[in-house]
Amino acid sequence: LHGCAPVWLEIMKWNGWGYSDSRFLFNKKGQAEFTGKRYRLSGMIIPGLKDWFEGTFGANLQHKTPPTPLLTNTAVPPATLNEAFVEEVKSTGIPFSHDAEDRVFRAHGHCLHEIFALREGKIGRVPDMVVWPSCHNDVVKIVQLACKHNVCLMPYGGGTSVSSALECPPEETRSIVSLDTSQMNRILWIDEKNLTAHVEAGIVGQDLERLLNESGYCTGHEPDSMEFSSLGGWVATRASGMKKNIYGNIEDLVVHIKMVTPQGVIEKSCQGPRMSTGPDIHHFIMGSEGTLGVVTEVTMKIRPMPEYQKYGSVVFPNFEQGVACLREVAKQRCAPASIRLMDNEQFKFGHALKPQVSSIFTSFLDGLKKFYITKFKGFDPNHLCVATLLFEGNREKVLQHEKQVYDIAAKFGGLAAGEDNGQRGYMLTFVIAYLRDLGMDYYVIGESFETSVPWDRVLDICRNVKARIIRECKDKGVQFPPLSTCRVTQTYDAGACVYFYFAFNYRGLSDPVHVYEQVEHAAREEILANGGSLSHHHGVGKLRKEWMRDTISNVGMGMLKSVKDYVDPNNIFGNRNLL
Amino acid sequence: MTSSSQYKDSGRAGLEDVDEFVDILEERRRSSDLGYAFRTFNPQPYKGAPSCSTADLNKAVLESQYLSYMAKEIAMETGSSVEEVREEVCGILEEMSQNLQLGFIRMMAYTLSKVFKRLFTSILVNMEGLNMLQQAVQESPVILMPNHRSYMDFLAISYILFTYDIPVPVIAAGIPLAGMKMVGEILRRSGAFFIRRAIGSDKLYWAVLSEYVKTIVRRGFAPVEFYVEGLRSRTLKSLLPKLGMMHMVLEPFFKGEVYDITLVPISISYDRVLEESLLAHELLGVPKPKESTTGLLKATKVLQENYGSMHVNFGRPLSVRQLCHGKINRCQFNLVPRDLPQQPSAEAQACVSWLAHLMVRIQEEGLLISPWSLMACMLLQAPTTVLTEEGLLWHQLTEKTLWLRKLALDFGARLNWPGQVPDSDVISSTVALHCSVVQRKAGRVYLVQENEPLRKCPISPEDGVIRMAAPLLMLASYRNQSMHVFVRPAMLATAIRVTESTQRDELFSFFCFLQDVFSNEFIFIPGKSPQDFEEACVLLKKCGAVNFSQQEVMVLDAGSEVLSFLQALLQPFIDSYQVMFRYLCEEGVHVLSEKQFLPAVRNLATELILSGELCTYEALSSDMQKNVLSALRRLEAVTKLRASEQNEYRVNKAAVRRIGDILSRKIPPQMLQTTPDARL
Repeated sequence: LHGCAPVWLEIMKWNGWGYSDSRFLFNKKGQAEFTGKRYRLSGMIIPGLKDWFEGTFGANLQHKTPPTPLLTNTAVPPATLNEAFVEEVKSTGIPFSHDAEDRVFRAHGHCLHEIFALREGKIGRVPDMVVWPSCHNDVVKIVQLACKHNVCLMPYGGGTSVSSALECPPEETRSIVSLDTSQMNRILWIDEKNLTAHVEAGIVGQDLERLLNESGYCTGHEPDSMEFSSLGGWVATRASGMKKNIYGNIEDLVVHIKMVTPQGVIEKSCQGPRMSTGPDIHHFIMGSEGTLGVVTEVTMKIRPMPEYQKYGSVVFPNFEQGVACLREVAKQRCAPASIRLMDNEQFKFGHALKPQVSSIFTSFLDGLKKFYITKFKGFDPNHLCVATLLFEGNREKVLQHEKQVYDIAAKFGGLAAGEDNGQRGYMLTFVIAYLRDLGMDYYVIGESFETSVPWDRVLDICRNVKARIIRECKDKGVQFPPLSTCRVTQTYDAGACVYFYFAFNYRGLSDPVHVYEQVEHAAREEILANGGSLSHHHGVGKLRKEWMRDTISNVGMGMLKSVKDYVDPNNIFGNRNLL
Repeated sequence: MTSSSQYKDSGRAGLEDVDEFVDILEERRRSSDLGYAFRTFNPQPYKGAPSCSTADLNKAVLESQYLSYMAKEIAMETGSSVEEVREEVCGILEEMSQNLQLGFIRMMAYTLSKVFKRLFTSILVNMEGLNMLQQAVQESPVILMPNHRSYMDFLAISYILFTYDIPVPVIAAGIPLAGMKMVGEILRRSGAFFIRRAIGSDKLYWAVLSEYVKTIVRRGFAPVEFYVEGLRSRTLKSLLPKLGMMHMVLEPFFKGEVYDITLVPISISYDRVLEESLLAHELLGVPKPKESTTGLLKATKVLQENYGSMHVNFGRPLSVRQLCHGKINRCQFNLVPRDLPQQPSAEAQACVSWLAHLMVRIQEEGLLISPWSLMACMLLQAPTTVLTEEGLLWHQLTEKTLWLRKLALDFGARLNWPGQVPDSDVISSTVALHCSVVQRKAGRVYLVQENEPLRKCPISPEDGVIRMAAPLLMLASYRNQSMHVFVRPAMLATAIRVTESTQRDELFSFFCFLQDVFSNEFIFIPGKSPQDFEEACVLLKKCGAVNFSQQEVMVLDAGSEVLSFLQALLQPFIDSYQVMFRYLCEEGVHVLSEKQFLPAVRNLATELILSGELCTYEALSSDMQKNVLSALRRLEAVTKLRASEQNEYRVNKAAVRRIGDILSRKIPPQMLQTTPDARL
């Protein structure tokens, strides 16, 4: 038996991010290029990347750390199968597999340590079997059988977790079955009167948008991982989308959720837009991280596709001014669909990713712009930072809105810096994960993590966390200064979401992943000490579990535990996330 | 740098980290002061933030959310309008704020060059410490924390930093200085900001002060200098740290407003303190003259004399972040806006107190012990009549001082014993420097008594005691300069004598009792008694006085000299405390005020000295008298009357008597109080 999603497996990397055909590499001339045809950057030469890469990390193209090319089946632990369960699943006709590749593919998310181990060909505990239900009823059957035979179920959506949520608990002795929702990917209906769509939870973001677009609609939910992450995963982790200012985060978007638990199916009886019926049961489901059951179907709000979209960007003399501007925009509640502020390091990073310009004229213009900003306006290239903007709506309103935002920016010393810079900023969102794989080819490892924090602490948390990362790297014997950078990616009435990137050259370290984990741990402590949250949208998984009690209090833990105990007394959904 | 300008404190030979001290006056004696004052001053600034003018700073303070909130709250409480309160805030700020100007720093540098050269043979500074400080000011906001022994401290640090191109600090100063004509303004422009004494419960004043200090720390444009001891020590002993300022400077770190704060303990040691005689008289109840410019001018006669060397030892910069690791959970500040007042938690208070005590201890460890201080220890152990009448044999003093030098070195003290000079010369020049206290005549050393006032009638015996007391208290103060080296072993030695036990736990409990009673006299880091005790054991073992095991501390025959010296060192404190306990237990004393207490105790002590019952004059020191009251309050043997305006106390005689009895071993010690915070 082989998995029924071979296509997916073949077009995706097994030990890195994204599509197999898309990757960064340094060509024979030492120039960086991005392969494939899927992205705007695909097939382009990126002349600045090599210098930036070598300069920032002290890396050297001669010093390579290539991954183990192929998965050797012998490295994969043999499957522990629950024969009775397998037999009964077989009789239902639901496809399943215990092929090594299928199992390894679903044994990890995209945390650094997970990918690092894969590249080294090291495989830990993996699911013993994969099942592919194709509808809600299939899931009901699987969950019933799992309960009957006491096997451990781990729901799997898009596999983009960055919280160790997909890691199999090594102490689990039962057979672990990965429940892959990818075949539950249909839009079941669209309700144009109420502007909702009823969708199976296995659908991935880009398919959902594409299919809705065909009918003239969109959800507007665009997390950075939307190419690969699934609707069910969004619900299970409390996902946030780039354009939440217009469309809202996942909790604002869902109208109805259906989840299969060991106790049966949980769902509401109607689709009322808001209810006062005790604590909202959706909030037990959202963020449950696969510990209570499998989300099978979701009714979601949809919107007509926007008539007009416009990117934009603003350059600020320094990060402080930029944050002050974002705060003002939030205060006036006029945030565009997306507004993000990158710090100076990230601005330089973005700059290094500019593809080769074809005409002398463009490069002349670029030079002129740079001259204007740094010389004429007196911005210090080592302090300036840039905000990227995305406006959506009808043309007239967009233009009006744009003016309003630029006027506010001007009060904080911001200069409009063009659509192109803005658009490139958003494109980077999708290719940045590929860049980590490039780094890993040359001794550079890194990751991103996020938090949310009240407005008055944004600057302090950015400064302190970045400083802590640099200090910890030094203390842990990292030979070169790390890249430690952040951006403010979402604005709210009462605070903002801040995203940190952190990467370093690990030459000379005997256990780089351990060093990485220590630094990330320290950075998280720093975040918490500065009033930041444990997570804004990545979730807790197993990576951040240790801080849950402090985060939600003893009573809070007790509440969540008692829900788990009622819903899943035998810990069938045994991924051990969250609690 | 010539070799003669390098000074190695040979006293610490054997230690690897011999600090190199450089005489900064040497260069001043060779080149023009004017040229020096007007040289380019180009310090490396703090990387974190741009410089900030006085006006900007004051504006930021005035417009802070914290002060607007407090102004509203206080207006509400007092019934006045917010505008009135705001005006008051402006007034306070105006009175308080510094106005640091480079021009005045230059003027000060010029004047101080002249003054310092006249007063001191050298001002010795450890270059390594300065180099580290230079680095540190670029990294985080820096808090300079010198000890305070003389008015000379006040601008000395600024002077040194100016000399070495390090940003000059803003300095917390007592408000009386601001009142001096001209001088107040000069100090203000040299970076001083002024704090009222006895702020008490003036909420608005606290608010302005703390916002002012915190803003300076947050901005980080200049180091903040303040005396954690709060006051100038009248007894040359370290004072218990005050926590108010400490809280203020640490809060920006606790609340994450800065990544880190660097504390730099600075130990200033004087061979001879300018105010020595003034201080002794103050301790005897002759009030301190009010700071005034004319007073300062009158004091110019002190400028005629030689005061030896001044050592300024810049300690290793300490990261608050590292020090506080695991001691404070900063998440506690997450739930209240940081701009609003928040009562510090017990944890935060304990952490601040611990840190403040630690800083004073580090200051102590950085002090350089002069030969004179060792001599003072020895002189005070001679009977008073020997010092005043028979005279102490010169060679005896020399021998004993050299013996003590060895002991001090064994105990790890830093000495400033000149290296290339014969010991006898060192002793002679030391006595010569301190001719105001002792003099050498015909192979003997005598105490210098004050000139008899011209008057017909013979002075009363009581006045005689007071006259004798002044030089003795001066000696005691110089002895105090090295007390921190000896106090732990001295307490163990006392425990050994008093308990007559060899059992470690018995000795330890008496040791703890002594720490409890004397923790206003000597600085002990709260909760570190076991370590202190261990240290005492190790040191006594090192000098061959005892041997110790897990259960026992055994006195060695060879140890009697050390032990009896150490016991005698602590004896004046014990005797003085007993006198005061005795007074408090007398009939008729139930409620008393500090004002009554001081003269009454002084009278009793005088009487006892005259009758020969009391050997030490230190019971006459108002500092010790106040310390006894504080200690008894801490031990809950006296309680402050809440209703009282004039600091009145109720005495629990039984409790006082019990403490006295334990001290003289009439009853065994029991823990008098619970340790403040076991977590520390």
